[in-house]
Amino acid sequence: MKNRLRLLAYPYILWMALFVVAPIVIVVIYAFGSAGGGFTFDNFSRMGTYLPVFIRSFKLAFEATVFCILLGYPLAYILSKESSRSQGILVLLVLLPMWMNFLLRTYAWMSLLENTGLINKLLTLIGLSPVKMINTPGAIILGMVYNYLPFMVLPIYSVISKLDYSLIEAAQDLGASSAGVFRRVIFPLSLPGVLSGITMVFVPSVSTFVISQLLGGGKYMLLGDLIELEFLGSAYNPYLGSAVALVMMIVVIIMLLIMNRFGEGEEQAVMI
Amino acid sequence: MSKELIRLSDCTMAFDDEIVLDNLNLYIKDEEFLTLLGPSGCGKTTTLRIIGGFLVPTKGDVFFDGVRINDVPPHKRKVNTVFQKYALVPHLNVYDNVAFGLRLVKPKIDKKEIDQRVREMLEVVSLKGFEHRAVSSLSGGQQQRVAIARALVNRPKVLLLDEPLGALDLRLRKDMQQELKRIQQQMGITFIYVTHDQEEALAMSDTVVVMNEGIIQQIGSPEDIYNEPKNAFVADFIGESNIVDGIMRADGVVEIFGKKFECLDSGFEKDEPVDVVIRPEDVDIVDTRAGQLIGLVTSVTFKGMNYDIIVDFKGFKWLIQTSDFCPAGSKIGIHIVPDGFHVMKKSKYSGLYGDYSSYSDEYEELSDADEAEEGSEDEK
Amino acid sequence: MRDKKSRVPGRIFLALIYIFLYAPIIVLLIFSFNSTNSRTVWSGFSLRWYEKLFNDDMVINALYTTISVSILAAIIATVFGTFAAIGIFNLRRRWQSPVLTLNNIPLMNADIVTGVSLCLLFVASGTILGFGLGFITLLLAHISFNVPYVILSVMPKLKQLDNNLVDAAQDLGCTWLQAFFKVVVPEIKPGIVNGALIAFTMSIDDFIISYFTAGSGTQTLSMVIFSMTRKRVTPEINAVSSLMFVFVLILLIIINIRSSVQDKKLRAKPA
Repeated sequence: MKNRLRLLAYPYILWMALFVVAPIVIVVIYAFGSAGGGFTFDNFSRMGTYLPVFIRSFKLAFEATVFCILLGYPLAYILSKESSRSQGILVLLVLLPMWMNFLLRTYAWMSLLENTGLINKLLTLIGLSPVKMINTPGAIILGMVYNYLPFMVLPIYSVISKLDYSLIEAAQDLGASSAGVFRRVIFPLSLPGVLSGITMVFVPSVSTFVISQLLGGGKYMLLGDLIELEFLGSAYNPYLGSAVALVMMIVVIIMLLIMNRFGEGEEQAVMI
Repeated sequence: MSKELIRLSDCTMAFDDEIVLDNLNLYIKDEEFLTLLGPSGCGKTTTLRIIGGFLVPTKGDVFFDGVRINDVPPHKRKVNTVFQKYALVPHLNVYDNVAFGLRLVKPKIDKKEIDQRVREMLEVVSLKGFEHRAVSSLSGGQQQRVAIARALVNRPKVLLLDEPLGALDLRLRKDMQQELKRIQQQMGITFIYVTHDQEEALAMSDTVVVMNEGIIQQIGSPEDIYNEPKNAFVADFIGESNIVDGIMRADGVVEIFGKKFECLDSGFEKDEPVDVVIRPEDVDIVDTRAGQLIGLVTSVTFKGMNYDIIVDFKGFKWLIQTSDFCPAGSKIGIHIVPDGFHVMKKSKYSGLYGDYSSYSDEYEELSDADEAEEGSEDEK
Repeated sequence: MRDKKSRVPGRIFLALIYIFLYAPIIVLLIFSFNSTNSRTVWSGFSLRWYEKLFNDDMVINALYTTISVSILAAIIATVFGTFAAIGIFNLRRRWQSPVLTLNNIPLMNADIVTGVSLCLLFVASGTILGFGLGFITLLLAHISFNVPYVILSVMPKLKQLDNNLVDAAQDLGCTWLQAFFKVVVPEIKPGIVNGALIAFTMSIDDFIISYFTAGSGTQTLSMVIFSMTRKRVTPEINAVSSLMFVFVLILLIIINIRSSVQDKKLRAKPA
């Protein structure tokens, strides 16, 4: 019977070949193609021009990820310490904004950050001079952190809340202080959660074009903006767009692989 | 109790070139309580699944009442199974679990009869009043009873039980043994029971089939299996045994440790090397001067009814059960009556079992390790 | 366990985070009722933006597209994904993990990469087979990013399933198909429902992949919102967002009530 049930997987494997593998293959083909046809490296040799875009994207995404860890880790840790009754509601409250449309969440910050926006109004009200916030890199990072913070909190929380409490007691029994328990037991064990949080925050951050357009005012071109521009914008050139997407994907994959390798090592060290 | 009901003829089962059952021949009589006994991976569960129809043997035939049933699917066999972890349907209550099979019968059985049979069956397994309980709210023993009722309500000719008591604690297990035996006699049907627990097998069965490595080692009544084991494997697996190398000097004369002893066995070649089994309870402790053999007590364990003592005879360690206290380090003599020896032909298991050098470890391992490994056998 | 004092800094931190998370949303909600088109100066309560919204054909059409694509994609992906999960679960071990890795690619990949790659696929096959970007390509794209979620939520339920359950049902007289519908489906139902809900919300919420695969003639609500934010900024958007937020909130409350009722039902049975 098992043999026959196996057959149910085949249509989906075919589907994946068509809608997962083939599209990626086409991106690769386009990346090495041009409007005139034929195989070419031109798209990649032009990539140098866009180096600042790459650097800016990775820098902003990196900073947003760091902020997410700095805010998300303590948040997850505090949540896991709450009584189990309030935990459910508190975690749901962290997730709830995610259920609001992503564009709207970003848009909501526009009215807060504008030069005549609510925050500046508040500042003038208490006698401070207004600060330029909208259309700055800071606003973009803020948008990323705001949108993707739950992605960081959730995996860390789910790892920490499932930690075997006897492990912590064992560490205390063996003479670890609470700081020691955290450093030697809780943190290393929660690392896999942090790693998947990093992946889930960094990937959408580095490829966004919505946040940079809404909160950056289009003044700071990111990789997402570049790709969008080449596919749907005025600079229509899907070949170059594919090349940019491909390079971005490869750089991200290499980064994640290195990070996970590093993480695995840590994990094993803990196991031993 | 005489009619043959099920026959497995030359059955071989292989999973990906790994032979799990090797040319098995077995027949099972009507109204018999037959136990397949062996360590994990011995092929006992595979045999049961072949009879249940969940596996088709790679080679060989299965007959039910004289009809070949190799290709008959499980739902068309007059056989029902009680699974290892009960496999109760979690979203149905006790009543609906028991009624599950009856509601599938075509032509339809009317509601009244279903109701009557379900209630009757719940009474048989002492679960009256539990009809509307969720199965998840039941204890292990109760779930067990539901599984039995669910299987029996279909009035099968044969009930297959796959280590049904494995998940229960010792006390409950003993009670359920009695219970199962009672149910079997009350229903008057054949039970085929799989277990790795030899005590369970001896206590319940009419016939015990000892298996190892996909091969039947011995078939017989519990008494036969215990008193007349065919080889070192069976002798060691069933109860405690000291197994030593011997030489058959003549009918009724066996030599161990270079000394001739009187025994009751015969039919061997002259001077044939043999395995000799001496059960721990068949050894009498006597004064060193009167002893047939003299050994050194190396350890003593108090067991309540008796002491288990380990005695060193020329480097070979025996287990002896005695009511006399012999301190460790003392020298003792032993005496064995002719009936205390059991002589077996040499087999591939000779020399592997029956030495108590690492006694305590072995004792624990027998029950625990088996249960833990049982899962892996299932996955195949 | 520990004294209450040490918890105070944690509580303050929590409060600040929740303010950070909810302040923008609350401001958004409040200003959807503003009587002028300012998003920062409150000038009185009115429902004019909601009124305007419901008379905006573009928004109504987009809403229709969004809801129909989400429902269709969720249903198709749920059925397809459930069967696929059962198939994958029964694959040989050495095939299972590569298939699951492939399944995870759309989840791990940046949305924009999924979007442009599907866009290229549809454009390329469209020129050969003679179709353009539109509702169908949008639907296909949504199905393809929904199925992995369904599989991931059905898979654990399959793993929890007692190995012998199907055997037991067959033993009691079920044909294989009966065993599947009487025993397997009820057991994995929570996973299926969960997968369907995730798929539905993913579809409702998606902007980037839709943006690249819907073409110029088809617009989802997210796409309309995006074009609104680019052109003119009016509280009409606030009204859209408020409605969507309240809708999702109601959906969530229903799901939560449903599951807590189920919990109670289970607990109500005498233990």
